[in-house]
Amino acid sequence: MPRVWKFGDAINTDDILPGKYAPFMVGEDKFHTYAFAHLRPEFASGFRPGDILVCGRNTGLGSSREYAPEALRKLGLRAIIAKSYARIFYRNLVNLGILPFEAPEVVDALQDGDEVELDLGRGLLRHGERTYQLTPPPDFLLEALKEGSILDYYRKYGRFPGEGGGG
Amino acid sequence: MGLTLAEKILSQRAGREVRAGELVVVEVDQVMVVDSIAGSFFKRLQQLGAAPRFPEKVAIVIDHVAPAANVEVAKAQKEIREWGNRYGCRVFDVGRGICHQVLVEEGLAQPGGIVLGSDSHSTTYGGIACFGSGMGATDIALAAASGRTWLRVPETVKVTFRGRLAPGATAKDAALEMVRVLTADGATYMSIEIHLLDGAESLTRSQRLTLANLTVEAGAKCGLVVPSGEILELYDVPTWLYPDPDAVYAKEVEIDLSTLTPRVSVPFYVDNVEEVAAVRGKKVDQVFVGTCTNGRLDDLHEVAAILKGRKVAPGVRMLVIPASSEVLEAAAADGTLLTLLQAGATIGTPGCGPCMGRHQGVLAPGEVCVSTSNRNFRGRMGAADAEIYLASPRVAAATAVAGYITTPEELEVARA
Repeated sequence: MPRVWKFGDAINTDDILPGKYAPFMVGEDKFHTYAFAHLRPEFASGFRPGDILVCGRNTGLGSSREYAPEALRKLGLRAIIAKSYARIFYRNLVNLGILPFEAPEVVDALQDGDEVELDLGRGLLRHGERTYQLTPPPDFLLEALKEGSILDYYRKYGRFPGEGGGG
Repeated sequence: MGLTLAEKILSQRAGREVRAGELVVVEVDQVMVVDSIAGSFFKRLQQLGAAPRFPEKVAIVIDHVAPAANVEVAKAQKEIREWGNRYGCRVFDVGRGICHQVLVEEGLAQPGGIVLGSDSHSTTYGGIACFGSGMGATDIALAAASGRTWLRVPETVKVTFRGRLAPGATAKDAALEMVRVLTADGATYMSIEIHLLDGAESLTRSQRLTLANLTVEAGAKCGLVVPSGEILELYDVPTWLYPDPDAVYAKEVEIDLSTLTPRVSVPFYVDNVEEVAAVRGKKVDQVFVGTCTNGRLDDLHEVAAILKGRKVAPGVRMLVIPASSEVLEAAAADGTLLTLLQAGATIGTPGCGPCMGRHQGVLAPGEVCVSTSNRNFRGRMGAADAEIYLASPRVAAATAVAGYITTPEELEVARA
């Protein structure tokens, strides 16, 4: 069963992928193996596709580096549950197809190493006897995700979701 | 009800009145890409099957690791030059300087305009009342391909700075105080609108860029300084580029510059702001003056004034990295560099330097650095347990001379 990797408040993009391990420093094929290299060196080798990240407030603050969440995506991350997100990081997550759920009470209820099941489509999280309904991101973003990603959406329609007409 | 400065800019661009909470798709004036993100940016454009729609509106700046530190970086930067040539986009190469400083010097950021950057400190353009915002590679690629971006019109936090800076206090101290008061997520998704009153209008463009630069450390989408003073002399500021008196704010904060004291941001968070007095005496291994926050000519002048006739303390490495080639040239012409060199400082290639721990001054385990940069996160400049204290150029210079964290005023007392 997928497990929870729990972190605290203010996890920044330097924590997620230290600057010295950016793909343009170490290569496109290796950078994801340095995810959380300072904070939890065992993370990259222990993370299994489908595992979820659970974080506190202001998750993902700091540098815009999209390759930080991209490293997590390459390891198989599809969803984060946090108390709140920093702005650039939130957009990056959606753009990479990682669903950012905001649910403070669920964050408090989960512990590191807990086993959970997450139905991404319905936003249902099962944790032992309990089931939580997670609130999905805004419609505007979901509209893009229905096409795969915002890149797929733009390539198909030549416009942004919610933008009238073509071109 | 009136409009905030962010609402004014986005309304003007959208061609209709828009208010906080609405989603808008707007044209952007300039898309800025830095070397460390360029690889992801090219990859996303490839996924889109698109080329830059307006090549003259895309600029790539080689600044984050300049010159190249290893073969991977050299390959990435070679690709940037080739790509720029192929599509006719501007490339500012090694030594030209830090992206935000370069775009301001080149006039690519203008009051009332919209600039998107692949670097989070793109809020810096707000110093000249340009809507600057940072985004990731995907959003930046979409903006290059379409000439547009989607934004949620932000709510606004109004920050009013009053009075003239107290002796010993700087714009950096004012900015750190703002981040302390707002906290690291106090303005998330929001615009910070900065009003300068009762003497604070005298803050220069450089000082305004410092204020706007650090607004992202409170989580802001953009940080707009209401035009006044030097900005009106340097630019043709549009008459509509002012917030309405009855604009609606989510929060209002006042900071008195006339009583401000030197500040320092203590590891490992930027909003962990203390008075210098609280950490006075902390021994340092390295002092770094530079970055998009504090690498401009006035910053170098402040440092030189303190270092003149003094020496950097034994055992301390002092790195000074001008924000751009223009800054470097001016500092060479007016003798500032000579003063710095005579004091024992080392001068680096204009660019970001060791700010994100990739080269030119990476910290060893246990080392302590006082830096004029903008982030002191764990491991930011090298080893995971190295400590970064963020401060003004004045405090950085005094610290370099003393070998421990201190202010120029205390240095004077010690010498007397």
